[in-house]
Amino acid sequence: MKISKIVEKIKPSGIREFFDLVIGMKDVISLGVGEPDFVTPWNICESAIFSLEKGYTSYTSNKGLYELRSAISKYLKNKYSLLYSPDDNMLITTGVSEAVDLVLRAILNRGDKILVPDPSYVSYEPVSELAGGRVILMKTSGKDDFKLTPVILKKYISGGVKAVVLNYPVNPTGVSYTRKELLALSKVFIEYDLIVISDEIYDELTYDFSHTPIATLPGMKQRTIYLNGFSKAFAMTGWRIGYACGPEEIISAMTKIHQYTMLCAPIMGQLGAIEALRGSANSVLEMKREYKRRREFIVSRLNEIGLECRMPEGTFYVFPSIKNTGMGSVDFAKKLLRKEKVAVVPGSAFGSQGEGYIRIAYASSMDNLKEAMTRIEHFLK
Amino acid sequence: MLLGQVFVNNGGDMKEILEILEKDARTTPEEIAKMLKKGVSAVKNAIKKYEKEGVIVKYKTVVNRDILKDDVQKVRALIEVRVAPQRGHGFDHIAERIYRFPEVISCYLLSGSYDLLIVVEGRDIQEVSSFVSERLTTIDNVNSTVTHFILKRYKADGDILKRIERNHRVAISF
Repeated sequence: MKISKIVEKIKPSGIREFFDLVIGMKDVISLGVGEPDFVTPWNICESAIFSLEKGYTSYTSNKGLYELRSAISKYLKNKYSLLYSPDDNMLITTGVSEAVDLVLRAILNRGDKILVPDPSYVSYEPVSELAGGRVILMKTSGKDDFKLTPVILKKYISGGVKAVVLNYPVNPTGVSYTRKELLALSKVFIEYDLIVISDEIYDELTYDFSHTPIATLPGMKQRTIYLNGFSKAFAMTGWRIGYACGPEEIISAMTKIHQYTMLCAPIMGQLGAIEALRGSANSVLEMKREYKRRREFIVSRLNEIGLECRMPEGTFYVFPSIKNTGMGSVDFAKKLLRKEKVAVVPGSAFGSQGEGYIRIAYASSMDNLKEAMTRIEHFLK
Repeated sequence: MLLGQVFVNNGGDMKEILEILEKDARTTPEEIAKMLKKGVSAVKNAIKKYEKEGVIVKYKTVVNRDILKDDVQKVRALIEVRVAPQRGHGFDHIAERIYRFPEVISCYLLSGSYDLLIVVEGRDIQEVSSFVSERLTTIDNVNSTVTHFILKRYKADGDILKRIERNHRVAISF
């Protein structure tokens, strides 16, 4: 049977084979997991169980439960002074993944150019291509801490670029941007009239300064689709609840697709998310404190054992260089797995600029992290 | 409660050491120093100071003996104690008379219908009973006691004693 040309053209993930290797192995310490090691705070689980007992098992409105949209609206207002109407500017999605797909399909025409950073989270490039877009990869480099700058941006902006995908704090590098850095980027976005798709799912996990949503900067709200969700900060990955906020015409275009492809996000997840916003501030803070301690520990250990690693500003990832080992990143990851039973993700999985680096997730217990660092140290000797 | 913009700031504060040790007393000063971006000797000194001041009382291990099938199970009872406070000492003096017994493993002063809540441990029901009748109720100022034997411990001092399988995550994901 012949599959569609557009799907056929999507590059298979280069590290599928490595993933299968990890999954087939026992007693591995995995630092390759892109989700929190905490389970969802109990108040959220308990509230969802109660809702199920009460019979909340139906569809919701396409846009999502009004109570949830209203709670998100208040949360963004309170936290960032970011104003989005729950009626016109917000859509509840099945995780941010769906929101990325919807927004790309809502804005891209066949052949429209879209800028995606390299390295970056794995879905932006293929999903843009599925939506008919032409992806232009903006190469960032370890030498410049993998940061986008106005200079890099301008290098890739040519006639016909319609939109840019921004993600910060960044999966896989952990990089984030200060308000000042974002302000400089925003001026370029405005100058070239770009739509900014801003995936800020790791916003709560920013450790050294307060996170600034790009939509809060002058002239940005009308050109930004703000994406966020509950997976990372509230440890709710499996609940699949994300949201998109933005100008009414884009949200309603996204809703048009969403109503036919997804209908609505799962109601159990939506009810859990309402409780998350209502009563989980302490749990979020506690997880964040724990992540921060692990971050300091792991960066210090990596540098000590000879893998150069900058202090990332956010997420639960570090992205150390393995260049001085002389191995490629896939090679390094495979050998580390075989010899020491520690799993990490090769940097090349996130784009060609990730070559020479590995992504280590410190969303794992301190005991695991200590043991894994000892094993990596042994591996390097 | 809505989430505010929250910062994690260590500053010069060494109190976070306590938080780390309360979670895992095995954490070494070297590891703590890395976690808090402090010097090892600064961390060691802070711990010494906490120990000297009695902020850190001691280090021990949380054990769930229920799992040891062949172990001789000890018996615990929660005992409500009504006492008459003493002039000049309030409840402290009488509380000390009681908590000095090694059989008493916890002792609290409470508001409400009784005064002291103590937890007593013994080899068996008889031992706990005789402690209550011979030692506790015979103390002057102890007016009455109510003994509740503990049937099962589910959670103690923040630790759930049943092992919860938490590793449901796929081994690798983006």
